[in-house]
Amino acid sequence: MSQAIDDHGPRQHPALAHHFNDMEQQHESLKMGLWLFLVTELLLFGGLFGVYVFFRVWHPEMFAGASKMLNTWLGTLNAFVLIASSVTVALAVRCIRLDQPKKTVWYLLATIAFAGVFMIVKYFEYTHKFHAGLFPGENFNNLDFALGKVEGVVAPIQNPHVFFSIYFGMTGLHSLHVLGGMFFLTWAAWRTSKGAYSSEYYSPVELGGLYWHFVDLIWIYLFPLLYLI
Amino acid sequence: MNKLPEKHFINSSRGIKSWLLTMDHKRIAILYMIMVMSAFYVAGIFALIVRLELAKPGALFFKDTVIEKQVDKSGAQKGSGAAGSTVAADEAGTGPEPAGAEGAGGDETGVAVPAAAEQTAPDNQYKPIDPGMSGDDKARMAKSQVFYNKMFTLHGVIMVFLFIIPSVPAILGNFLLPLMIGARDVAFPRLNLASWYLYLIGAAFSVFAILHGTVDTGWTFYAPYSTQTGGNATVIMITMGVFILGFSSIFTGLNFAVTIHKMRAPGIGWFDMPLFVWGIYATALVQILATPVIGITMVLLVLERWLGIGIFDPALGGDPVLFQHFFWFYSHPAVYIMILPGFAIINELVTVHSRRHIFGYKAIAFSSVAIAMLGFMVWGHHMFVSGQSEFSSMVFSFITVFIGIPSGIKIFNWVATLYKGSIAWTTPMLYAASFLILFTIGGLTGVHLGALGTNVHLHDTYFVVAHFHYVMVGGTVIAFLGGLHHWWPKIFGRMYNELWAKIACGLVFFGFNMTFFTQFYLGSQGMPRRYHDYSGMLKTNLFESLHGFSSWGAMVLGLGLLIIAIYLIHAAFKGEPAGDNPWGGLSLEWATTSPPPTENFLVDPEYTHGPYDYDRVLPEDMSSETAGLRKV
Repeated sequence: MSQAIDDHGPRQHPALAHHFNDMEQQHESLKMGLWLFLVTELLLFGGLFGVYVFFRVWHPEMFAGASKMLNTWLGTLNAFVLIASSVTVALAVRCIRLDQPKKTVWYLLATIAFAGVFMIVKYFEYTHKFHAGLFPGENFNNLDFALGKVEGVVAPIQNPHVFFSIYFGMTGLHSLHVLGGMFFLTWAAWRTSKGAYSSEYYSPVELGGLYWHFVDLIWIYLFPLLYLI
Repeated sequence: MNKLPEKHFINSSRGIKSWLLTMDHKRIAILYMIMVMSAFYVAGIFALIVRLELAKPGALFFKDTVIEKQVDKSGAQKGSGAAGSTVAADEAGTGPEPAGAEGAGGDETGVAVPAAAEQTAPDNQYKPIDPGMSGDDKARMAKSQVFYNKMFTLHGVIMVFLFIIPSVPAILGNFLLPLMIGARDVAFPRLNLASWYLYLIGAAFSVFAILHGTVDTGWTFYAPYSTQTGGNATVIMITMGVFILGFSSIFTGLNFAVTIHKMRAPGIGWFDMPLFVWGIYATALVQILATPVIGITMVLLVLERWLGIGIFDPALGGDPVLFQHFFWFYSHPAVYIMILPGFAIINELVTVHSRRHIFGYKAIAFSSVAIAMLGFMVWGHHMFVSGQSEFSSMVFSFITVFIGIPSGIKIFNWVATLYKGSIAWTTPMLYAASFLILFTIGGLTGVHLGALGTNVHLHDTYFVVAHFHYVMVGGTVIAFLGGLHHWWPKIFGRMYNELWAKIACGLVFFGFNMTFFTQFYLGSQGMPRRYHDYSGMLKTNLFESLHGFSSWGAMVLGLGLLIIAIYLIHAAFKGEPAGDNPWGGLSLEWATTSPPPTENFLVDPEYTHGPYDYDRVLPEDMSSETAGLRKV
């Protein structure tokens, strides 16, 4: 009966699930699964990018005016923070493949720290917006646009609240993904420190890294779309 | 006399925990079966209530009660008027007017607030009650029409999201996919179980909304009606339910796609798999690529309702047609999530029960993928009267017609497969034959609706209702029932009563045609959909006889489905042991015991012949001791 299971041979890795033939098949399956998951994530954000494109085409003046309320310097800082975290997570994957779990843990912790900096900056950005009454949708109560008091905006612009709906929708969903990534990487770091991973089995670290690069990449597009253009 | 194997996946471990925490794809399939089939029968009851209401003109339920319908206050202030537009009865019989400039339209219709007839009117003249949503916080609606709106909404939402989308992939796909490719399980068993729990959570959200009261948006949730009607809690709950069910569907699709890519047994190439697997693969691709979009759409709808973000609400600067685009970008491909698995099943039924090699393996395999891809480019054909540009309507109409080509390829290939086959009129074969007839009708009427000119005439009439029921019920449900009958002896190791099965199949076939063929005629004569009452229309007499006939048909269909439930459940526990391979099938799932052992195969399966090699292999050569065959 258990011929199938015996096929693994006596030296099978403890992390090998019963329904896979070998570690390579397991690793490849997990990687493909994660790539497909990233495709679905991209399409989830795709809906919001679609909303962005349509409203920008319909109301270019609203985007041009309302985006002046965003703090470009904080956005730039966050872009650099996330790029740095991408470097550290890539180094973490490299180290575990070289059987250096201690270094891996440190690089993962550095990545999580960068993510934390990103979230703190985001927190200050959000609170500043809320104080200025720049809420999404109906709750919007900032009169600067109506009174023509925004620098560089000549005429009063229509429906600036829609811009902030889009801004909070896109950055909010992205921040949730940053949080999710932080949790996953924390778990991976903890498991690494327990010696669960080595050059033979490091799938979770690599999957976490892939996911983290994706989260970065989304920001690389959000930053210019919302802050710069 | 056949005997069940001593140890199999059903009796390998006992206790409720061994089922609720199982990682075995076969047990998860059974868990799905219990939930999904319950949803099917519950939604069926809602359908019968809808048919009862329509059996005669005039309101049947709550006929003398007029209630004050609560409308969300902020919603009423925002009110664009589109949702509240009174849909005039169509006296000229040319199809209903598109209601409102933005809110309505769409093949699966806008949320027109149906008009009610005043029951007290002595001359039986048609007098719609003014929904009066403009300015007023409350709308006066007959209780009967509110009740009817809820009933068809629940029928639609439950059938679509809780039954038909998970039906074939989550039940039969889960059970058969690893068996057919000789794997020990799906790639991610834990994720597979998680999908089932997500399904449960999504269903719980929906049930809460149902018990709480007022979901009358239709299954399409068109804005801005859905941002105003009912209470916040119910609409938010049911849309969150759809969001969660979407993730259940995504994870199932993802799991299957990876399984098919990475888990095939040695020797099984892409073109050596049973075509069932190809169908499930094409479905998985659509699930992965389309479902996230309905996810984000539902999130935006919840935010619109909750915070008034102004993406879909015109009063806040949004665009309700954008909601329709987003909705149909998912929901048109979702139609293929529903029908592709039906196609997948038919491949197995027509070959096994006629002992013939499939005609045109690659053509069928690639046509599944072609349908999956083309399905992403035609969503605008639900929106011909929504106010989208004429040019885009033309393009969408043009591409829509192309879907007919791969679908036609399949139909012709199945017929060619049957030609000169030794057809055994077993119950699964009867279902396959029913499918060929019913799906062809459904498909051809789809061409009527895809053509721009006829669509405007038939838009939002019963013709549309009949068309998609021919595809969804005549196609998917009939194929699914055929599949259940085909694999029931594999799943439970026991055979059902063939005589009762044939009687029930006949009742389903005739009941279905009685119910829905009449509706083509109703629609072409101008009967609009989503009306609870048709008294006072120019053709009320004609409508009455047709609706009456249709309602009788629904009873026959319901009786057939009830009989099926009874004898299948009986067979699962008490039926005659069926043997490992009762139909003499050649695909790998027949090479193991019935029911299969937890490990799927007693010996590692070896690929030695194709799944359709009836011209050179005898099924007697297959057994659970050899799992696969010596080469002939």
